[in-house]
Amino acid sequence: MASTLHADAPVDLIASRPRGGWIAASVDFSRRRPLGAIGAVIVVIMVAVALTARFIAPYDPLAIDFGAMLAAPSATHWLGTDAFGRDVLSRIIYGSETALTVGFTAAFVGASAGAVLGVGSAYFGGKIDLVVQRIMDIFISFPLIILALAMVAILGNSLPNLITAITIPMIPRCALVIRSSALSVREMPYVDAARAAGFSHSRIILRHMLPNVMAPYLILLTAFLGQAILLEASLSFLGLGVQEPTPAWGLMLSGAAVEFAERAPWMAIFPGIAISLAVFAFNLFGDSLRDALDPKLRTL
Amino acid sequence: MWQFILKRFLLMIPTLFGVAAVIFLLLRIIPGDVVEAKYMSGEGQGQSAVVIAAERAKLGLDKPVWHQFGIWVWGLLHLDLGVSMWTGAPITEEIELRFALSLQVALMATVFATLLALPLGVIAALKQDTWVDYAVRVFSIAGLAMPSFWLGILMILFFLILFQWVPPMVYTPFWVDPWQNMLQLIWPALAVGYRYSAVATRMTRSSMLEVLREDYIRTAHAKGLWLKLILVRHALKNAMLPVITVIGLEFAFLLGGLVVTEQVFNLNGLGLLFVQAIARRDYTLTQSLVLLVASAFIFVNFVMDVMYAWIDPRIRY
Repeated sequence: MASTLHADAPVDLIASRPRGGWIAASVDFSRRRPLGAIGAVIVVIMVAVALTARFIAPYDPLAIDFGAMLAAPSATHWLGTDAFGRDVLSRIIYGSETALTVGFTAAFVGASAGAVLGVGSAYFGGKIDLVVQRIMDIFISFPLIILALAMVAILGNSLPNLITAITIPMIPRCALVIRSSALSVREMPYVDAARAAGFSHSRIILRHMLPNVMAPYLILLTAFLGQAILLEASLSFLGLGVQEPTPAWGLMLSGAAVEFAERAPWMAIFPGIAISLAVFAFNLFGDSLRDALDPKLRTL
Repeated sequence: MWQFILKRFLLMIPTLFGVAAVIFLLLRIIPGDVVEAKYMSGEGQGQSAVVIAAERAKLGLDKPVWHQFGIWVWGLLHLDLGVSMWTGAPITEEIELRFALSLQVALMATVFATLLALPLGVIAALKQDTWVDYAVRVFSIAGLAMPSFWLGILMILFFLILFQWVPPMVYTPFWVDPWQNMLQLIWPALAVGYRYSAVATRMTRSSMLEVLREDYIRTAHAKGLWLKLILVRHALKNAMLPVITVIGLEFAFLLGGLVVTEQVFNLNGLGLLFVQAIARRDYTLTQSLVLLVASAFIFVNFVMDVMYAWIDPRIRY
């Protein structure tokens, strides 16, 4: 696995940023990478929807209406209702809150913990590196979903526990990639200089080396965002993630959605579109970010 | 070379041992055990503490954890996976049929993914930054984004509404009735195959892009070689290694990672077995399943490392 990842010198984010600040940078980015810009726009819209869910959702996502069970999409219920008469659109809107909370937290914590581990492992080298790498190898050998399933079984399925269960399998995957970038950073003269100046290990790792592996870190972060959302949807679909009646996309697809698929296909179609669109947008943006920052880095 | 292979082979042992230890410990941390799962719910409810203690002793759950681990590893060294704590049947027997099913789906998905990914990836790389490239990239990113279980639901929905037909829900082994078997397994294979092909397409594209910039490709062009020959002989051959790697790794994960898609198609494969085993706290069965999938993954990694080293003699660890 390690051999498919390149240990090229990381791209200096600051130097490659065009003059004129972030606005000019984003205009430049969208001109050169239209696909990435489309992804970014969808992400921004989704975040806005999640933040304003309580204002824009037409109904209470938990409000049960037995008079309108399995109602087809219409002017009153744009995307129809589910087996309890709950408005599908409102549940999708509130579901974005769940998905993005899980996605952002898991990806951010997973990638950051992985980055610190990876950089630390590369910095200390020798026996520490060897031991850390072996441990990472072990955890990578578990399929993502299997490790997450085991974690959920151990922790129980509240939202914070679910996030932890999704975060843990991401850490070794990130550590591996970051380590290979950090290996070349370690050889840089400024790291030697910092060591000669007598700075502490943690200061060199956090202040001198981490900022220089930002490119792979950001790329992994966006890749993990999509994966975390998918994983949460899968776990919730299996009934092991977010629990009823909390609105969550994966949960909306399980149980009744399959049972009533023929009578009420909207129950199965729209939440799936929401999941796909979210992951699609993050991947599209992440992909272009990768191309812009470090084209040789390979993330799946 | 042989020394390298041997060294790399021996390196698999600590990793495998680590996987065994981690899953063993993780399972003991999960609250409850198989006896509780059996007697605290359903018909066996309200058994006396004496019966429960006796049952635990029978399964060896009363022994210290390190002792239990020792028994398990000793069995593994003799290629003996033991018996399922829930059913009491030998684990090889429990796994056999489901393994055949999962293996078949994984193989079919691999064939589909490879056939789709190679041409798409190569075309995208050749036409970089044109609309063809964009179309392929959007298609493959969509493949990564769509949950395969949702794709499965859509397929079933599609057949149901258009043809009033549902894929067979009862498993027929291939050797009993190949047609019936294919009719059932082709759909999950396609559903997971799409994601799989997306991963492979992206790798083919980026790997080809890298190779196409190499000097020897320019030389081949300058020599006036036929484009097809350059692509197949010079470029694709060198770009294939990372592609084969992801295909191999995805294959290993597919064996056990079908967990969710199996649910949709009502397939009784390794994934479903894993979910059941973990819910029943069937330690022995869960351990064996995880070890099986992890060994497949570790073995693929080993083969890939050896292949890299064989093709590129500079690579040594």
